[in-house]
Amino acid sequence: MAKVKGAIVVDTERCKGCELCVISCPTHVIAMSKKVNSKGYHYAYMENPDACNGCTNCAVVCPDGVITVYRMKVEEKTEV
Amino acid sequence: MAELDIKDIVKEENIVYKKTSVLTDNVMHYCPGCGHSTTHRIIAEVIEEMGIQDKTIGIAPVGCSVFMYDYIDVDTQEAAHGRAPALATAIKRLLPDRYVFTYQGDGDLAAIGTAETIHACNRGENITMIFINNGIYGMTGGQMAPTSLEGMRTSTTPYGRDPGLMGHPIKMTELVAQLPGTYYVTRQAVHTPNLVRKTKKAIRKAFEYQKLNRGVSFVEVVSNCNSGWKMPPVQAVKWLDENMLPFYPLGDIKVPEM
Repeated sequence: MAKVKGAIVVDTERCKGCELCVISCPTHVIAMSKKVNSKGYHYAYMENPDACNGCTNCAVVCPDGVITVYRMKVEEKTEV
Repeated sequence: MAELDIKDIVKEENIVYKKTSVLTDNVMHYCPGCGHSTTHRIIAEVIEEMGIQDKTIGIAPVGCSVFMYDYIDVDTQEAAHGRAPALATAIKRLLPDRYVFTYQGDGDLAAIGTAETIHACNRGENITMIFINNGIYGMTGGQMAPTSLEGMRTSTTPYGRDPGLMGHPIKMTELVAQLPGTYYVTRQAVHTPNLVRKTKKAIRKAFEYQKLNRGVSFVEVVSNCNSGWKMPPVQAVKWLDENMLPFYPLGDIKVPEM
């Protein structure tokens, strides 16, 4: 059965740390980094990358459009 | 199952969403979580999808979104405070083959520019108006706007807006829907992914209807003003859901009869 895997790339310098992506993610992938960018904002990152299915919710709600979403189908072998 | 590395997914051919090229690379000056940025982005996406970047003329207002021309890569003219519909009228009449849209906040469209708004809508100018309603004067420090809710605390109504003293909040969208010159009137919001997608469809329709030459397409976007409301973005979004949306219900108010 094919499984959908996703990943996001955050433009950390442009991220303003509003956390709207965190509350919009249905699979709780995103969290705010403890580090800050050059403007002093805590930026978003994938804390739980395995759960991402590339639904694009975070990118659609991101006010500054800093998130790029990737998605691919993965053929999953059934375990014996 | 072998674990897939993120590097295998992050490839050019797997991109499902990226920032549109109609938005410039300038970092927007808006506060974190501001609805202006989201609305700018979806307008740019609609312009890209329709392939009308060369044929679109935007009118920037006075307010936080005064620098719209720095962010959306289309021809833009700055209007005097509240006069965006008048300027849009002139541009559309001189260049009828262009897509002309105004982008205004509530201080611009519903306060100083009420006359221009109502008369442009009444004349049925063939333009698109995008109205950002956050119930406050965001740029100048969070003063009461005509659209502020009853009881809403702002820097000029620290004990809440009292309708007996300061009047009732104005519903511009319902008001202009009564006028014969408007063709498509709708109210949307941009604080959740689902609503952003709906708003994008509404803005797309508003631009499409300009081709028909039937009148004003008016899209209100109920937005948040985190700094003006003095809340962090996540709390502001919740406050918007609980307080703004009951008074400003979302949905189409006037749709063209087919």
